[in-house]
Amino acid sequence: MNNKSWRGTVLFTIILVVMGATVGLKLYGVGEQSTALSSAHATTTTPSATPTPSASSTPATTPTSSAAAPAPAATTKTVTGTAVDTRYGPVQVKVTFEGTKITAIDAIQYPTESGRDQEINSQAIPMLQQEAMSSQSAKIDTISGATYTSEGYIQSLQSAIDQR
Amino acid sequence: MRFLETVMGIPMSIDIREAEENVAAAAAERAFQVLRDADARFSSYRPDSELSRVNARGGDASGVSDDFAEVVGLGSTMAEASGGAFRIRRPDGTWDLDGVVKGWAADRAARSLSRGGLRDYCLNAGGDVAVSGSPGEGRPWNVGVRSPDSATEVLAVLEVRDVGVATSGAYERGAHIVDGRSGGAATGLRSATVVAADLTTADLLATAVFALGEDGIRWAMGNGARGVLAVDAAGRLLGLGELAFAGGGRPR
Repeated sequence: MNNKSWRGTVLFTIILVVMGATVGLKLYGVGEQSTALSSAHATTTTPSATPTPSASSTPATTPTSSAAAPAPAATTKTVTGTAVDTRYGPVQVKVTFEGTKITAIDAIQYPTESGRDQEINSQAIPMLQQEAMSSQSAKIDTISGATYTSEGYIQSLQSAIDQR
Repeated sequence: MRFLETVMGIPMSIDIREAEENVAAAAAERAFQVLRDADARFSSYRPDSELSRVNARGGDASGVSDDFAEVVGLGSTMAEASGGAFRIRRPDGTWDLDGVVKGWAADRAARSLSRGGLRDYCLNAGGDVAVSGSPGEGRPWNVGVRSPDSATEVLAVLEVRDVGVATSGAYERGAHIVDGRSGGAATGLRSATVVAADLTTADLLATAVFALGEDGIRWAMGNGARGVLAVDAAGRLLGLGELAFAGGGRPR
């Protein structure tokens, strides 16, 4: 895998740190599945790797520079972000990578008042959307979508791709 | 070179790069034959298909073909892993294998291209995608994920190599995916896309995630997904895992 495609992957997973901290809290509880990984492998801790959830105006800069750290081999690594103050309270997350892949997200600190996780999501999700949106102008080789009928196909982007 | 055919009522395309034309055409024909064979065996519209014959006797699966047993086995494993949200058997005992067959058959068709000596190809079976190698110059394949709101817009473009990418949603064929736990139509998500090492897994997981709703996103990561991109009922984009957005982290 060349270095270029790497960076896109890592950038996205770092942004998911923010997502995971918020969505993960809501959906999956805290502290699951990190112990086996960290006991089986040496872990390194890199502070300050997590962008603040409020940094949505400049999402690309911080994560890109810090994201070069994980090695291409499937080594396990944990990254602990610095605690950041949001207007809902401090948020701090720990992320476990195997290679480029996030295998666990654990919240270390997070606002506990009910209802607030939802509001923090409203800050993190636009960052993901921004990344997705910036990819929309890339050249497209094919389209994945819910199964279409022949009629639906005629209207589809895939049909246009197949004709070119 | 591009080859198109409608099988199972679904338009399918095979895009082959860097191969001699006669080699590519022969390999594509074999791949389409794999899909036609799967349709002949598993079509619920053909009264003479094995599926129709098994269902005509109330779903009694004794003495079925190896392929039938394999598809049932894949579906049963996924049904169990998803706590019953993914379902292949109706309450009356008959089989609904649509959630398994298309991805499984397309995956098998893609593998037949590899066996035919092709390295760089993309097979798209009605929105289920299997890619191998590169479309050229070593770059990854760029797979657009259709927006659930519009057939002419994409949610994102993902860079992938040697994987399967499958998407489930209710926007094309209506609310046809059942949450097997409730028996009602799945409504938690508008779209669920899964990237996995092979298309069989990606397709099974995409259907299961759609049936499970938002909880299925994290669940899929523990069941073979490399990455999941979903749109929830409120229209928010959710994601987890290893997903490379095209153009990510570098200027275009």
